Amino acid sequence: MNLILVTFIILLAFTSYYFGRKKALVIQSSQRLTALPKFYGYYLAAWCAAPALIIFALWSVFEPSIVKTFILQDYTDQSLTKNELQLIYTKVKALAAGTYTGNITNFLDESANKYIQLKGIANSAKVAIILAILILSLSFAYRSVQKNDRMREPVEIFLKWVLFVASLGAVLVTIGIVFSLLFEAIRFFQAVKIFDFIFGTHWYPAKTFVRDGQPDPELMKDAFGAVPLFAGTFFIAFIAMCVAIPIGLLSGIYLSEYAGRGVRKYAKPIIEILAGIPTVVYGFFAALTVGPFVKEIGNAMGLEVSAESALAAGAVMGVMIIPFISSLSDDVITAVPQNLRDGSYAMGATKSETVKKVIFPAALPGIVGSILLAVSRAVGETMIVVMASGLAANLTMNPLESTSTITAQIVVILIGDQQFGDPKTQSAFALGISLFIVTLFLNVIALSVVKKYREKYE
Amino acid sequence: MSKIKAENVNVYYGSKQALFDVSIDIAEKEVTALIGPSGCGKSTFLRCLNRMNDVIEICRVEGSIKMDNLELNSRKLDVVRLRENVGMVFQKPNPFPKTIYENVAYGPTIHGIAQSKEEMDQIVETSLKKAALWNEVKDRLDEIGTGLSGGQQQRLCIARAISVSPEVILMDEPCSALDPIATAQIEELIDDLKKEVTIVIVTHSMSQAARVSQKTGFFHLGKLIEFGPTDKIFKNPDNQQTQDYITGRFG
Repeated sequence: MNLILVTFIILLAFTSYYFGRKKALVIQSSQRLTALPKFYGYYLAAWCAAPALIIFALWSVFEPSIVKTFILQDYTDQSLTKNELQLIYTKVKALAAGTYTGNITNFLDESANKYIQLKGIANSAKVAIILAILILSLSFAYRSVQKNDRMREPVEIFLKWVLFVASLGAVLVTIGIVFSLLFEAIRFFQAVKIFDFIFGTHWYPAKTFVRDGQPDPELMKDAFGAVPLFAGTFFIAFIAMCVAIPIGLLSGIYLSEYAGRGVRKYAKPIIEILAGIPTVVYGFFAALTVGPFVKEIGNAMGLEVSAESALAAGAVMGVMIIPFISSLSDDVITAVPQNLRDGSYAMGATKSETVKKVIFPAALPGIVGSILLAVSRAVGETMIVVMASGLAANLTMNPLESTSTITAQIVVILIGDQQFGDPKTQSAFALGISLFIVTLFLNVIALSVVKKYREKYE
Repeated sequence: MSKIKAENVNVYYGSKQALFDVSIDIAEKEVTALIGPSGCGKSTFLRCLNRMNDVIEICRVEGSIKMDNLELNSRKLDVVRLRENVGMVFQKPNPFPKTIYENVAYGPTIHGIAQSKEEMDQIVETSLKKAALWNEVKDRLDEIGTGLSGGQQQRLCIARAISVSPEVILMDEPCSALDPIATAQIEELIDDLKKEVTIVIVTHSMSQAARVSQKTGFFHLGKLIEFGPTDKIFKNPDNQQTQDYITGRFG
């Protein structure tokens, strides 16, 4: 029903576009047009679609709660709690849809009938109102077209508002996410001291689990120390960068300065394919291939190696990040003006001297920017760590032991059963917001560095 | 006193021929100007003289170019040595995004010319003085070269080119991005430099060619139409096309 209605509105808008344009051509024969004919079409189409779609959206948002109020009116005298009322409403809906399997009381049956009835009324009312609005707005707009009013300005203003609403939506969603993180994190910090969180060296949230009732505050004290997680995060990111920076940078330099056109044409997309591999694939590659391989090599050398090692996870993560660095630094190096290269070659510099002394320094800010973006990517990476480096938050600097990261712990906390008011669950938000702050910080630095670089040549 | 002798030079970009049988004698310690309409091949010819066409993948050069009896158009030629001897100044000033000092010291460093810091300082100072830039920048040698004005940047590029004491300097429209005052300074500089070096300059400005050069070559559609003393080319050319170009009837 809804789909048909929306399709109808959109089709009508298209039709009115063509109609408006045609009308403009008719007007053209007797008077001077105020805008190009297509603006007449846009004007009609906008007036046709916008009011109807707005009303439709508002209706869809408010209809369910209004229907719910009507249904639950019959139950107000029974002094039920909010949760019980919700349960009844769910039952009524299921019954109306024919998917209810419990006992059917008369009262419930009556409600279900009422529900179906209300829904029917609401639907017809919706169609009627929307049709009325379509007629009203179209006839209003058509009158304007007939009078040959100014068409360009209203269309431009309309477009401006469409764009504004889109960006407003994006901004609001971002703000909403940040605030929900923030509020849950604040609730977490009411249960756990922020000092214990930032400086504590033990992360073992499972031990705060208590069946019914509040956990012991003493236990809370050293269950949520985030130091091992931050250390693990940066440690694994560090290993990843040790792999990604040299390979990425050198291949970026090769691609931009040395590779012939033929090589570059094929090599660059192939490297970029690395970025398209889902991280979960890297994850099992790390867990099933690289991890055991590292362990075997370590054992052969007589070292104690965990099957889930930071080294395996970090190395695979590094491979994943190579295309970021190589592709971005390739772009940055290619953007160095050719006349700098010419200047250097004309002085008798060789290719490697030119790369080392002129091109690399000129491209350095951009390269640093690309590396910082890659670091924030490494810090936020989850799947590889979950699969390959284990979930025990050890505080270690030994790459052969398993360690865990912020992102992996968030996964551990939020999969399976959890209670929402629990500090354990809320700790995920605290971790989330700290991760957010770290990556935001890295991104801001990276972007400002890249911007500075841009100003240099423009 | 011929410094460079080119014979039957043909240049191809892929399948497109850009120069046809160009033969020219460039005299030592003189300014030779190459003029002609855009796309006539004068810059292409200039770039043959220090093998800058090597940078362009699809470019192929045929014929013989001899500098002091050394064949330049040979696979065996050490391009690094050649370019140390034949400097180049480009159309758009292209100082490196380094300090003024580092810009001038770039050539001496990569060729290992200076033995000590004092010697390097001396080279930088002499080069900047010869490029008539010393007085303007002597107190800010550690500032970035790209921060100078256009004319200063171009003189910095000239200082960079002469820092390795080349025998020949090639200039590819060195004043086309500059204002008249900066242009006059560069022209004066060219006049000074020709006491020590051979200069080949490509220019769009015929008045500039007339002012600074002793010999002029006129290129059209990849061919060297006429070559001779500047006075003769501008006052009494042999060729009708040259006459038309000089008098502004085409180009």
